[in-house]
Amino acid sequence: MNSKEVKEIVNEFLIEEFELEDSQLLPEALMKDDLDIESLDFVDIAVIIEKEFSIKVTSEDIEKIIKLEDLYNYIIDHTQN
Amino acid sequence: MGIYSTIGYNLDEVTNSLYNGKSGIVFDQSRKDLGFRSALTGSIKRPKLKGVLSRRMRVGLPEQGEYAYIATMEALNNAGIDEDFLDKNEVGILYGNDSSSTAVIEAADIVREKKNTTLIGSASIFQSMNSTITMNLSVILKLKGINFTISGACASGSHSIGLGYTMIKQGLQDRIICGGAQEINALSMCNFDALNAFSVREESPEQASRPFDRDRDGLVPSGGAATVIIESYEAAKKRGAPILGEIIGYGFSSNGEHISVPNVEGPVRSLENALKDANLRPEEIDYLNAHATSTPVGDLNEAKAIYEVFNKGRIPVSSTKGMTGHEMWMGGASEIIYSMLMAQNSFIAPNINFTNPDEYSGKLNIITETKKSKIDTFISNSFGFGGTNSSLVVRML
Repeated sequence: MNSKEVKEIVNEFLIEEFELEDSQLLPEALMKDDLDIESLDFVDIAVIIEKEFSIKVTSEDIEKIIKLEDLYNYIIDHTQN
Repeated sequence: MGIYSTIGYNLDEVTNSLYNGKSGIVFDQSRKDLGFRSALTGSIKRPKLKGVLSRRMRVGLPEQGEYAYIATMEALNNAGIDEDFLDKNEVGILYGNDSSSTAVIEAADIVREKKNTTLIGSASIFQSMNSTITMNLSVILKLKGINFTISGACASGSHSIGLGYTMIKQGLQDRIICGGAQEINALSMCNFDALNAFSVREESPEQASRPFDRDRDGLVPSGGAATVIIESYEAAKKRGAPILGEIIGYGFSSNGEHISVPNVEGPVRSLENALKDANLRPEEIDYLNAHATSTPVGDLNEAKAIYEVFNKGRIPVSSTKGMTGHEMWMGGASEIIYSMLMAQNSFIAPNINFTNPDEYSGKLNIITETKKSKIDTFISNSFGFGGTNSSLVVRML
């Protein structure tokens, strides 16, 4: 899976499930402050990542995701391994 | 007041259904497919809250939490209480709820199959607990007062109002959101179906719930949510609230006998305690909304209790469960609203499907057709498993 496909899937679930606007989904957007995604929401993001990409996300991994691009990169790195 | 029920999604629709004796009961094939003995149930649509509530507020609500949200918003709106008022004043919530099955079942299914708790997600725990209604609504509405759930089986909604009344009477709170909510999904009813407690009159769903009728063969499960805003008279008057009626009596008791078979003495004490608290004689009550769920023993024993307490049964009686089915955790609150709507519109709703009396119901004054009637004061019964009983007396203003 290439990075474009990963971004598309992630953006789609953020828009659909988290009711975010496409225009908000900038790579440098801060998950918490810009996208209003709180710790409980990360639990649901982990579910989606596991279902969509078959990656088992740990809470230690989640803590390192600060910006939206961190989320993209995390998935890209783990799908390539 | 606010309501979301199988006979209407707001007070106007419900008033109309009560007046016309409309049934909310259907045959649900999915229950037969699951091996249920009875596929009868109340039918209700899930409200759409996407775009109404933020995702975080929405996802923690189970089915009956959605109903409770809609009912509560209608009640707050009718009471003239808005977001700003809730933010600046101490408003509490005491709500009746005694199960929340779907999230529990789904979480267990995921863990058994996947051996992975992460996949349960974040919302399940908040949907799973009995306190789901009060925990969610208190956050959504930013409530600052008393906040917990009453689990008193099929008297939960009634006890919630009774306890709210008690707290206000003691001066502990000025206003409290009270009510009851009941899930209606098939899986939440499978263990109840196992008791053979449900009517199997599947060929005629609208005639299946027959409180007090000689040929009743069991209850029909149902659900929804009902909310009343109760407030001290002084606080209501001070803010110019529309005052609909006054709760003047709360009687309660425990049978102290069988877990599922009701007796006569417990309900008698509950009724007598409510009358004593209201400082009224039986003949001063204009209408009794019965608990009668259409079960053989429950209706029989309630009929005996009413006969004993109310001067050989002269009081006009109806059980609205002929229309609604048994709304369980919600019923004690919804039936206060049904009775209020009757009183506001000067009629007694019919006890539908009461065709032939039995030995005891024949001695009561059961109203079978919609009757024009002035109701100044009414009493409403709710009884539950474990022998918990609650009776509330309301006087119209």
